Amino acid sequence: MKVATMAEFLAAGKEPEVLFWVGCAGSFDQRAQKITKAFATILDKAGVEYAILGKEEACTGDPARRAGNEFMFQMMAYQNIQVMNAYNIKKIVTTCPHCFNVLKNEYPALGGNYDVIHHTTFLQELIEQGKIKFTDSNEWKGKSIAYHDSCYLGRANDIYEAPRKVLESLDMELREMKRCKSKGLCCGAGGAQMFKEEEKGDKRINTERADEAIATNASMVASACPFCNTMMTDGIKNRNEEVKMDVLDIAEIVAQAIQ
Amino acid sequence: MAWIAEIIFGIVTVGSFFLFGKNLWAIRKNILLGKPVDLSGDTTERWKQVALLAFGQKKMFKNPLVAILHLFVYVGFIIINIELLEIIVDGLTGSHRAFAPLLGEYYDLLINSFEVLAGLVLFAVIIFFIRRNFLTIKRLISKDLNGWPRSDANIILIIEVVLMSLFLTMNAADPETHFILSSYIKPWFNGLNENQLATIEHTAWWIHIVGIYAFMNYLPYSKHLHIILAFPNAYYASLEPKGKMHNMESVQNEVLYAMQPELAPAGAEAPDRFGAKDVMDLSWKNLMDAYSCTECGRCSAACPANLTGKLLSPRSIMMKTRDRLEEVGKQIQKEGTWKEDGKSLLHDYISVEELRACTTCNACVEECPVSISPLDIIIELRRSLVMEESNAPAEWNGMFSNIENNFAPWKFSPDDRDAWTQQA
Repeated sequence: MKVATMAEFLAAGKEPEVLFWVGCAGSFDQRAQKITKAFATILDKAGVEYAILGKEEACTGDPARRAGNEFMFQMMAYQNIQVMNAYNIKKIVTTCPHCFNVLKNEYPALGGNYDVIHHTTFLQELIEQGKIKFTDSNEWKGKSIAYHDSCYLGRANDIYEAPRKVLESLDMELREMKRCKSKGLCCGAGGAQMFKEEEKGDKRINTERADEAIATNASMVASACPFCNTMMTDGIKNRNEEVKMDVLDIAEIVAQAIQ
Repeated sequence: MAWIAEIIFGIVTVGSFFLFGKNLWAIRKNILLGKPVDLSGDTTERWKQVALLAFGQKKMFKNPLVAILHLFVYVGFIIINIELLEIIVDGLTGSHRAFAPLLGEYYDLLINSFEVLAGLVLFAVIIFFIRRNFLTIKRLISKDLNGWPRSDANIILIIEVVLMSLFLTMNAADPETHFILSSYIKPWFNGLNENQLATIEHTAWWIHIVGIYAFMNYLPYSKHLHIILAFPNAYYASLEPKGKMHNMESVQNEVLYAMQPELAPAGAEAPDRFGAKDVMDLSWKNLMDAYSCTECGRCSAACPANLTGKLLSPRSIMMKTRDRLEEVGKQIQKEGTWKEDGKSLLHDYISVEELRACTTCNACVEECPVSISPLDIIIELRRSLVMEESNAPAEWNGMFSNIENNFAPWKFSPDDRDAWTQQA
């Protein structure tokens, strides 16, 4: 697909409406790339003029900072803020709650001030504005779905409603897990856990969460974070080899129903 | 010789308040061993937090049944303490129910409402005792509480039962009164003469007030200190989104000066320590958190690491921080200054394995009814581990070097960052 970069916009003497911050998972992880492509497709169909940084994007530094490596974080932040300020970036949308949290809450203290929005909020706005329209007989209608709250979207930034409203606008039957919203259980990936083995224990965190998702008897699970997506997919796979319970990102669900 | 009782009472009262004040002052000094952090400003928002979280006990109401029982104890204890005023006046002047003539018919109403509250406190505290000792509630039977903490919890409950019972006994033994609850106890004293009743009333009165003073002086050694510190702790709780981590300006500047040396001021010195190795490296708010913790364990019950059997327990992080701080404070009190004792919060109290298990999910912070952030302490200790000791699991070291060289936590070529645009 043709996705313009900031450099190309600059060369054309234009500024996009919004920068799509893809994030490392969205750029490199095969599963997360599908989410990225789904979201890019939606932006195209909704007529949003957007750009990516392309090769100029770099890790926000989130996992380094949360592991305790502030130096690495500050180096990445410095570099990213230099790039974005040079492009005069004003608005950013991202499909990763970890990038979202860092860009929105932690870059301002370092000189990076942008209007940062998570893709679920962005999708909800596009739906409300009528820029996203669903096919009359969208394939999700009436399907039961359990939404897994991402910690960095929910507790960290109080975004609980936007992803749920998107699912409701698709006439899906939302089922809540035992622990949800502010009590939502982590998938196990945050705090740089994604990049190391879990500590010794009697259960894996994603298995615990997968059990809760399975207990809802929903036909699928919605995620809003590429790391949650991986963790939930693995957890469910480990528990439930016969029953198929897909884990899809909100963007993928929307992309498949869009007109 | 009637004045001897009044003098003894006066000495006990002044002594109790003096000792209590002294111990609170020592706690304040310990808290101020922490690093400065500016939490002034936003006063309206902060008072709102005090109203909602401390007075309103908003977080407790996530479990309404327990919240209501807790509310009985809390309201009961605060309001019954108004009665303390009368007791002190009586004790100092030798009067008997000094407020009765002043309040007239309202006096009975007042004492009746105290008695109802005392009854509710008794009811709630007995249920709490049963819950804690005879039911299997994971956070209450947890090994975090083995030893002194478990005794502490039971001592508090037993003292509350004793104090409330004495209050009711004292009223029941007073032949001139007829209050709503204590009148049911009166039949126990049938057949006793006036002198015997007066002795019972006096004895109950004395044990009650001395018990209250003793309980007050027990607070600084107990988890029950939360009845005081929950208020300032709510006031100083973070107003930022929970996901926002505290910025290390010193490191920010180091990086800035490395990238743009022309900005570096002459003679800029690197900070002497990164992150927290010991309690003095934490902020005073972290240390106040430790003293505010009432060891309820809601944090650990919600912690994904703890509930899947990992070593980490956010409650235990807070308890160990307080233990270490008490130890440091004691040494300073004894020696006048702090001398390294060969121990530190990191390693000697909190292990690397505990710190490594945290997913930074903020569930512990969200749960805490008294606005504590165990996560803040975990992060500061992790910073010390990684930046001071280069102590990270091999996978994290790999992740760091990938970020440094490939600008992503995985070993992909940065040139492929936009490769997805080329895929079908």
